[in-house]
Amino acid sequence: MDMKKLIKTAGPIALLFLLLFVLEKTLPTTSMLFVVLKKGAIYALVAVSMNLLNGFTGLFSLGQAGFMLIGAYTYGILTIPLEAREAVYQYFDGGIVSFTVPVLVAIAAAGLVTAVFAYLIGLPVLRLKSDYLAIATLGFAEIIRAVFQWDKLGPVTNGSNLLKRFPVFTSTLFPFAVAGVCIAVIVLLINSSYGRAFKAIRDDEIAAEAMGINLAKHKQMSFTISSFFAGIGGALLAMYQTTVQAAAFRATMTYEILLIVVIGGIGSVTGSCLASFLFIACSEWWLRFLDEVTYIGAFQVPLLSSGFRKVVFSVIVMIIVLFYSRGIMGTKEFSLDALFRFFKKRFGKTKKEDVAG
Amino acid sequence: MRENVLHIENVTMQFGGVVAVDNLTVDVNKGEIVALIGPNGAGKTTAFNCITGVYEPTNGLVSFFGETIVSNHPRGKMKKLYAGQNREFCTKVVSQTPDKITKLGIARTFQNIRLFKNLTVFENVLIAKHMRMKQNFLTATFRLNFMEERRVREESLALLEEQGLLGVKDELASSLPYGVQRRLEIARALATDPKLLLLDEPAAGMNPQETQELADFIVQIKDKYALTVFLIEHHMDLVMRISDRIYVLDFGKLIAHGTAAEVQKDKRVIEAYLGVAEDA
Repeated sequence: MDMKKLIKTAGPIALLFLLLFVLEKTLPTTSMLFVVLKKGAIYALVAVSMNLLNGFTGLFSLGQAGFMLIGAYTYGILTIPLEAREAVYQYFDGGIVSFTVPVLVAIAAAGLVTAVFAYLIGLPVLRLKSDYLAIATLGFAEIIRAVFQWDKLGPVTNGSNLLKRFPVFTSTLFPFAVAGVCIAVIVLLINSSYGRAFKAIRDDEIAAEAMGINLAKHKQMSFTISSFFAGIGGALLAMYQTTVQAAAFRATMTYEILLIVVIGGIGSVTGSCLASFLFIACSEWWLRFLDEVTYIGAFQVPLLSSGFRKVVFSVIVMIIVLFYSRGIMGTKEFSLDALFRFFKKRFGKTKKEDVAG
Repeated sequence: MRENVLHIENVTMQFGGVVAVDNLTVDVNKGEIVALIGPNGAGKTTAFNCITGVYEPTNGLVSFFGETIVSNHPRGKMKKLYAGQNREFCTKVVSQTPDKITKLGIARTFQNIRLFKNLTVFENVLIAKHMRMKQNFLTATFRLNFMEERRVREESLALLEEQGLLGVKDELASSLPYGVQRRLEIARALATDPKLLLLDEPAAGMNPQETQELADFIVQIKDKYALTVFLIEHHMDLVMRISDRIYVLDFGKLIAHGTAAEVQKDKRVIEAYLGVAEDA
């Protein structure tokens, strides 16, 4: 029984990695597909971490970009090679951090440092509810962005200059592996007793408290864990972008992630993952042609010019929100079994009709 | 004399200038079913909220098995505004969040059912078991607590079976009929291992037949789980049938207290419920 279950979960994952491996060997490395897959995996992780907070614990927080920033900086600061520090920290005498750590250690550290920041921010902020919490966390994210660009912190953060030359990944397998492990851990947490407690808080705070669930402790826990994974997502994003600059982690980034969570379905992990790849594919790849002035013969196709992509994209988002107001997946989870059942139902039906006809 | 379970003394709850509960004193002894009745707006639910830590009473003391769990005296703004009695009664301030009080062994249900609507019946009961588990979030995430988790699941299934809810264990709580939701809320409260059960209008919205069944059910679980029950109710037949003692509240004040027969004869109770006859 358990063996069968294991094969059912491990099988598709192994197949996915095999497929990625084959794709990397066959397609040119400049293919847009890899951009989408890499960035999609990173955004999927961050979206799932936001979903843990918004969808499973019912805390409407908009601090994700700020936490990703902390993760990205932690990773960058800890991994820039010693010989490159002089050049990177050229205005700050090579900075004051004079050691490097291995990549995986740095990624874990990115999560931990972010979690510590989140814990401290959570102490005052989590007393607030719904919209007020969103505003407070958004404010904190902006403050973090400003503080990291502060000149006085230059020896650590390099002020408003770029962090660069840290180790990056080239293979698509790396972000998939890291994000996959992190998402698996989040899923395990959600399905544990603590996950149930989080969902209880989401459904009814007063009843949850009457059932002996310590609200402050559990909200703090959810907030800190969510930020831990956002930090790891930030570290991966730094590796993907090859440079880090605080100015890039704007509120817009949080809104993008929120959009992914909403489109995927608030309270659905697989929904967030699917939506993340769709979102990145649309914004980076599939709708690119809308931005280019195109001629068919001598006829210039109207409307197609720089910026039109965003118009179409907004319309698509509006359509999704209007007609699929609960997102692609709602609160359900995607599974192969469900997919088979869906097709069976469809085909089973048509077969019966054939017989009847 | 039986052991005292819940002792409420001089509890006053004042919201701004409104005194919702005024100088309430109640004793509930072990193994009893005690009812708190009164017309709408008499302050019954407010009294429950003061016991369970949802509100911090303005003045007074609540103790559970002799241990003070809530205690307060008029402070801050209330120093000036306070309109109740026995201002000097308490000197200590003891205040606890509802989860701590539940952990001590006081479980409650709500007047307007508060189930976890998007979760299944089984999960609703499992959540009540969460606070008594020894796990931390790491052992829980990585399933190192599997022995405990298995035990909790078995206990929950047994409880659901006893309550006749096993057949609907995978249904969403919100999809259940009203009467079953009430039953589930009581089952969920029982899952917290309480010594004292507070029921806030358990028969609200039930027909006479269902009310009858509920009365038997309350007596039955009281004996089975060695509980003490303190309940708020409007259905007089239910209250009169199962209560050992009754407290009557009107406009926040205790106007009568005694056995069912005593209370029924009390003139002030009749006035509170039926109004005062005016002289022609």
